[in-house]
Amino acid sequence: MSAGPHYTLYHPRWYRRRVSVWWWLQKRSYAAFVTREITSVFVAFFAVVTLWQLRALVQGPEAYERFLARLQTPLFLTLNVVALVFVLFHAITWFNLTPKAMVVRVSGKRLPDGLIIGLNYAAWLVLSAAVAFVLLRAA
Amino acid sequence: MPATVALTVARYRPERESEPTFETYEIPFRKDWVVLDALNHVKDRLDGSLSYRWSCRMGVCGSCGMKVNGVPKLTCATFLSDYLPGPIRVEPLDYFPVVRDLVVDITDFVRKLKQVKPWIIREDGTSPPAGEYLQTPDQLDAYKQYSMCINCMLCYSACPIYGLEPSFIGPAAIAMAQRYNMDSRDQGAAERLKILSDHDGIWQCTFVGECTKVCPKHVDPAGAIQQYKLTGATHWMKSLLLPRSAR
Repeated sequence: MSAGPHYTLYHPRWYRRRVSVWWWLQKRSYAAFVTREITSVFVAFFAVVTLWQLRALVQGPEAYERFLARLQTPLFLTLNVVALVFVLFHAITWFNLTPKAMVVRVSGKRLPDGLIIGLNYAAWLVLSAAVAFVLLRAA
Repeated sequence: MPATVALTVARYRPERESEPTFETYEIPFRKDWVVLDALNHVKDRLDGSLSYRWSCRMGVCGSCGMKVNGVPKLTCATFLSDYLPGPIRVEPLDYFPVVRDLVVDITDFVRKLKQVKPWIIREDGTSPPAGEYLQTPDQLDAYKQYSMCINCMLCYSACPIYGLEPSFIGPAAIAMAQRYNMDSRDQGAAERLKILSDHDGIWQCTFVGECTKVCPKHVDPAGAIQQYKLTGATHWMKSLLLPRSAR
């Protein structure tokens, strides 16, 4: 033998790929996830509007009239419609995810996911109906 | 049925290249072949220098995880026939440093897995005094799903949070922690709570849910993390409201 075997020494010259800023556009599910995260801004928007409404209510009937008039401007109507769409997306996607976080066992058997989601929607309907009942009766 | 299918494989030879390139091989198409068979064909017949990991070729060892057409898969369970007419693109798992071709460095995962203490912890630190600990089928059922994890790391490769925050302890490690937390023989939940509810634990997870989608063993790591968030939050509330003795 003229020369010994030639070994390549282990030298971890790793290749690391950087995560692109646009990673959330690379898959539909990532985009849906980021959209769900962004909906929090619109949830916050509704919270701020409610606080604003309370403030107007405290300031008296005139201030409340002004508040109502402002809500009826095209800008606020558009904003509210957009926010409603995002908040519905928020609510529906979160309801659909609840079986992952809530595992309910009845006599040792895990309740099916559909039932847990259904119960959430049922609770939503009942609460909405209760709120509507209170408001409509007052009107 | 085509006679051949094109397999585009990521190559990274650190002594030759500074970043990965792709090479395409024409593979005879057989309907019973999986991607791993195609890689073995390349290594045996076409290019012996191709590097990749595999062992059991039956979905048990968790070695052959790679990205197939952009999705993390066990290549031993991914049939060529599902990707016709091709080409089929094979790449190493995302977010792990690539050592060579399709081989990634898994040190980070192994270190994290060890951190969550994936073994049965007893408060008295002893082994069973009189034979084994008994368990009912219901008690087994509580953690069995998590015990199916084969440490293939597909969930890490699917998790954008792990890519963005490499310190995140990650889906499989948390699912493994839950596997022991839910085990009626284990008493180590308090020890694991420290690492799990820490900055790099469950709260890094924003519930993208991809880990569960790619899991080949239906472990549902996303579910494990969300359920543990409830446990973590309850514990935090208790530590805030209750005296030490009542927790």
